[in-house]
Amino acid sequence: MTENNFSLKKIEISVSEAEKRTGRNAMNMQETYTAYLIETRSVENIDGQSVLTDSLWRRYSEFELLRNYLLVYYPHIVVPPLPEKRAEFVWHKLSADNMDPDFVERRRIGLENFLLRVSSHPILCRDKIFYLFLTQEGNWKETVNETGFQLKADSRLKALNATFRVKNPDKRFTDLKHYSDELQSIISHLLRVRARVADRLYGVYKVHGNYGRVFSEWSAIEKEMGDGLQSAGHHMDVYASSIDDILEDEEHYADQLKEYLFYTEALRAVCRKHELMQYDLEMAAQDLASKKQQCEELATGTVRTFSLKGMTTKLFGQETPEQREARIKVLEEQISEGEQYLKSKNLEGREFLKNAWADIERFKEQKNHDLKEALISYAVMQISMCKKGIQVWTNAKECFSKM
Amino acid sequence: MDINSFSPMMPTSPLSMINQVKFEDEPDLKDLFITVDEPESHVTTIETFITYRIITKTTRGEFDSSEFEVRRRYQDFIWLKGKLEEAHPTLIIPPLPEKFIVKGMVERFNDDFIETRRKALHKFLNRIADHPTLTFNEDFKIFLTAQAWELSSHKKQGPGLLSRMGQTVRAVASSMRGVKSRPEEFMEMNSFIETFSQKINLIDKISQRIYKEERDYYDEMKEYGPVHILWSASEEDLVDTLKGVASCIDKCCKATEKQMAGLSETLLPVVHEYVLYSEILMGVMKRRDQIQAELDSKVEALSYKKADPDLLTEEIGKLEDKVECANNALKADWDRWKQNMQNDIKSAFTDMAEENIHYYEQCLATWESFLSSQTNLPLEETSEDKS
Repeated sequence: MTENNFSLKKIEISVSEAEKRTGRNAMNMQETYTAYLIETRSVENIDGQSVLTDSLWRRYSEFELLRNYLLVYYPHIVVPPLPEKRAEFVWHKLSADNMDPDFVERRRIGLENFLLRVSSHPILCRDKIFYLFLTQEGNWKETVNETGFQLKADSRLKALNATFRVKNPDKRFTDLKHYSDELQSIISHLLRVRARVADRLYGVYKVHGNYGRVFSEWSAIEKEMGDGLQSAGHHMDVYASSIDDILEDEEHYADQLKEYLFYTEALRAVCRKHELMQYDLEMAAQDLASKKQQCEELATGTVRTFSLKGMTTKLFGQETPEQREARIKVLEEQISEGEQYLKSKNLEGREFLKNAWADIERFKEQKNHDLKEALISYAVMQISMCKKGIQVWTNAKECFSKM
Repeated sequence: MDINSFSPMMPTSPLSMINQVKFEDEPDLKDLFITVDEPESHVTTIETFITYRIITKTTRGEFDSSEFEVRRRYQDFIWLKGKLEEAHPTLIIPPLPEKFIVKGMVERFNDDFIETRRKALHKFLNRIADHPTLTFNEDFKIFLTAQAWELSSHKKQGPGLLSRMGQTVRAVASSMRGVKSRPEEFMEMNSFIETFSQKINLIDKISQRIYKEERDYYDEMKEYGPVHILWSASEEDLVDTLKGVASCIDKCCKATEKQMAGLSETLLPVVHEYVLYSEILMGVMKRRDQIQAELDSKVEALSYKKADPDLLTEEIGKLEDKVECANNALKADWDRWKQNMQNDIKSAFTDMAEENIHYYEQCLATWESFLSSQTNLPLEETSEDKS
């Protein structure tokens, strides 16, 4: 499903608003959900002026539907992840409530990021369903479902079976699977520790706020010290309240890491697809080999392999040469089909490997760039926090020295 | 006797203290220098206790020598404080460190506890030395100079236990009667003391809490850096960046440790000392009130003609003098104490602010250095902007 005029134009996508809505769900029960406004602008003129071309509202479940569709139709692509459904790795101040305005805001940013990732992907950006997601408000769900993508999806059971039984998966994909497991584990660990550090830091800053109150009360009984105490107390309050913004910024950093945490699942999905295809290939080859063997045995009259026919022959008497001839014929046909099938599977497999690996290389570069940027932005945040701290304590020191 | 030595952590020479001591009385006239160091454990069949070495250097004529070295235990300090309170009931006698710390350390022989106590005892003696009246107290002199056996026999000479108990009973009884008319300035003083006590206690709790929160933060931070090192093992292209972040976090961790040490050296002991001072002040007010109550009850007795009026009038005269002395002593000492308090509090909080500034400056330098190492990269790295 492609739409080529889409990728040729330069477009800007933004998820600009979030709104609480109530409606009735499939079971006709009242529910509250958040809807997000998606605005698409096309950059028409040479001078970069953008014109609003489309704007519509979507809810999280529609984003999920889009992504599931992309996963089925582009199994060789590392499909960008959605922001988390529920708030995880929270530290105590953040609520885990989906309706919390801070969470909704961060989700809005995450959804925008998802759309930007898809639209900047050389292959995904051409998809028609994606285009319709941005442009066709009504009936989009029906259109997606009509593609029948749910039926085309590989069953989880099949995939699991393949993962265990595949004999010769491409080493690069095996390594990739290990890498994505490691990355998931390490980012989870980091996010957990970060949340705890944030919690503790919050405690340190907030307790200083108590100084503010007590200094103020104390200043009432002091003649010479009073003013100094009072103004120092004010700075303590400033210090205590500064942590809120600091940690809010850090939350954005955590979201950047979380995106790559969720990306590991997309990586594993590609690996699973490879394993499935490789397994099918191996099974097809095995099947072909066994048929060839059977054929050979029938032709030469030696029975090395066990077969039901052989068994029944022993029990009920030899078959006639005509019967044997017929069977050989059938097998030869099957072998011929099998060889064709194997050929096309091989081709498919190689195509998949080529395309998947290309996207993985693209992904790796993106990941290295993004993570480095995130780590640098973390350093920038720390610098800002230190500068604020120096400012406040310098002011406080001045007040103390004037006491 | 088993003697274990603990290493002293402060300058040993009293003369080196000249620049360290922040007392407001003319420092150039100081002629008595005292240090408390070298805590030693003594084990006898009955008990185990710690003694502290006290070195006194002086140019005063009334001292037999210019240098003295004695060993004293906590009990001896308590005795000294008691004697000073007895001799000067309305002077503000400096606080002694507590007998035990209720929560936290119960172990009397814990190193931190001993060191904290040693510092507080050092302060105690120096505050007395700098007090215009207390510095000339005879018991103080004996405390600083007498050998162990001399001190023991001197201690036994004081008013007997029973008479001391009697005094206490009278004191309690008279305080029960309440103060009829406390002079205005002492009403103000009392009200100040009440509010001050409240606030300083809160400040003490807040400061302790901050220390605890910082300790918890430090514990979590210790884990944070290593996670980045672990990550760098699976990322070829991000090794430098990840290791850089880990190193910054570890350095900030160390800076936190240093800041905490500073806090526990400058702010916490001072605030705590003033918590103890606030209790002492309340005690001094009570004693002043008692002295006045004694006078008031005699005056009352006179008006009810309960006993011989001439005798009473004579007693009242003596008591009036006593009250006037007590009030004047307290007034003078109060002004002096307030001035000291302001300086000490100002100093302690300024030091705390300085510690925090230094902490943030260290962290800032660390992160800025990392940032510049990451952004001053050769061109082929920065042109990789493809996402």
